[in-house]
Amino acid sequence: MNAIAAPAPLASTGLRLWGSAAAVLVLAVLPWLLDPFQTLQVSYGLIFGIAALAFNLLLGYTGLLSFGHAAFFGTGAYAAALLLKYLGVQSMELYLLGGVAASLVIGVVMGAVCVRYTKIFFAILALALSQVLWSLALKFFWVSGGTDGLRVPTPTLLGGLLAPAADKTAFLAFQYYYYVLVVFVVAVAAMWLIVRSPFGKALQAIRDNDVRAEFVGVRVRRYRFIAFVASAGFTGLAGTLWVPLNGLTTPDILYWPFSGKIVFMAVLGGFKTFLGPIVGAFVYNYLETFAVGYTIYWQLLLGVILVVLVLAIPDGLVGTAIKLVRRSRKAA
Amino acid sequence: MTLLAVQRLTKAFGDNVAVDGVSLAIEPGGVVGLIGSNGAGKTTLVNLISGLFRPDSGSVTFDGRDITHLSVNERIRAGIARSFQLVNLFDQMSVLDNVALTVFSRERKTGDMLRPAEADTAVRDEALAVLRQFGMHAKADTLASELAQGERKLLDVAVACALRPRLLFLDEPTSGVSTREKAPIMDIVTAIVRSGAITAVIIEHDMDVVFRYSDRIVAMHQGRILADGTPAAIRANDEVAMTLLGEHVHQ
Repeated sequence: MNAIAAPAPLASTGLRLWGSAAAVLVLAVLPWLLDPFQTLQVSYGLIFGIAALAFNLLLGYTGLLSFGHAAFFGTGAYAAALLLKYLGVQSMELYLLGGVAASLVIGVVMGAVCVRYTKIFFAILALALSQVLWSLALKFFWVSGGTDGLRVPTPTLLGGLLAPAADKTAFLAFQYYYYVLVVFVVAVAAMWLIVRSPFGKALQAIRDNDVRAEFVGVRVRRYRFIAFVASAGFTGLAGTLWVPLNGLTTPDILYWPFSGKIVFMAVLGGFKTFLGPIVGAFVYNYLETFAVGYTIYWQLLLGVILVVLVLAIPDGLVGTAIKLVRRSRKAA
Repeated sequence: MTLLAVQRLTKAFGDNVAVDGVSLAIEPGGVVGLIGSNGAGKTTLVNLISGLFRPDSGSVTFDGRDITHLSVNERIRAGIARSFQLVNLFDQMSVLDNVALTVFSRERKTGDMLRPAEADTAVRDEALAVLRQFGMHAKADTLASELAQGERKLLDVAVACALRPRLLFLDEPTSGVSTREKAPIMDIVTAIVRSGAITAVIIEHDMDVVFRYSDRIVAMHQGRILADGTPAAIRANDEVAMTLLGEHVHQ
């Protein structure tokens, strides 16, 4: 018999729980320590973190690479903007409800087509369908505002309990930050539960070997579809949270480079780990913010980073960190 | 009562008739060895019965029910399971999860997404019990990809057994492992099959293994059944000796 040791879990469940609690605590005190601009950056990180994690339900756990997740993020954002434009809604809770519902609907429609295929065909189909939404947002300008987009002023929170004051930035960097943090914690916990559940195990089985999954009785296509729709819903949630922060939604967030950004985040952080995409989202957001301020060739800079990343650390930041810790433990 | 009845099953790939009008009945209990040279149609026959391929003509009846047009999933629910010639595992999942997922699936619990899988101790215990039967419980937390080839073959069979099938097809359960490892694997597999009231059909190239472990042997050649009988009868069959065993000796 061979003597390969079982990969011991890096941390016990108790340690994971304490670690998560500590991380949330740190995030909770940040608005007191950072200036508003920095706090807003953390908000963006949290929101992109939800989107990257949702994307990774498909890539990391189901084995489907989607190049169309901008569709869901954008749908979440535009749903809020259209609720305001046509119904005068200014409540964040209704935005979230509408945004998630709309992205679930788009997820059902796109999923019904996409999950018939896998690999590159799936990726290209998701890309193509998301481009349809982008062109709709561009062409139907009397609805969507075209390239100008739609403005979404800061909404009221908690059913009107918290309303934005004169200093909008202070409101976004404090009250809205905590709002985002709570939604983030709930969404991450929900996705953590999903990937650990029997359903999540079935997804991982499909990822590893879809033929065998079929032969142990897993309805492969149905489960891919459910994963697709769930991923769409969480990505839409992120999109809706993003709108008040940005104050405006434009077709850019439906355009394929934004799908690419979400892929970048997951790969950067490590799509084979649960937390990787969140870390990737934070790091990417800082990279982009820094790079844009530093050089007009920021896209070139990010491209070089991506190439280096894929060649040097294909496991991503978190995946590589876990490997290093394992190696040092083995050496000790 | 016949467990499986195959009637004039035919499947062609282009001009190549892989399975050519095969009729076969399998009674419950025991181990049936399915032999034949490469290209004889053994794996194709199993693929047709397990639902991976659809036959061009003919029918498959399982437990008195026509299953010719059922999906893979429906056949599994009816009680037909299989392992694969080239090991087919969930490589990035632990050994325990490979079996546990199968138990979840059999119990129709894979739709549950609001509870951690490990919280279901009944499933976990059953999966561990299956691994213990196969002598693999010590490796429960190992990733399937990190197992040695012999262990991978065993886990492949364990996953199929966790479905609690009534009819189990094992496609070359000892291919790719050393001669020394074959007997231990077959000892474990046949003991489990016999104790679990599972009817097993084993495709095997190693004639020593086939004659030692089978109650009945079906020999195929060029898509047809050449001979069918007890190991002693097959051994005494001149036609089989010429077309199959002869080849085997020369290899």
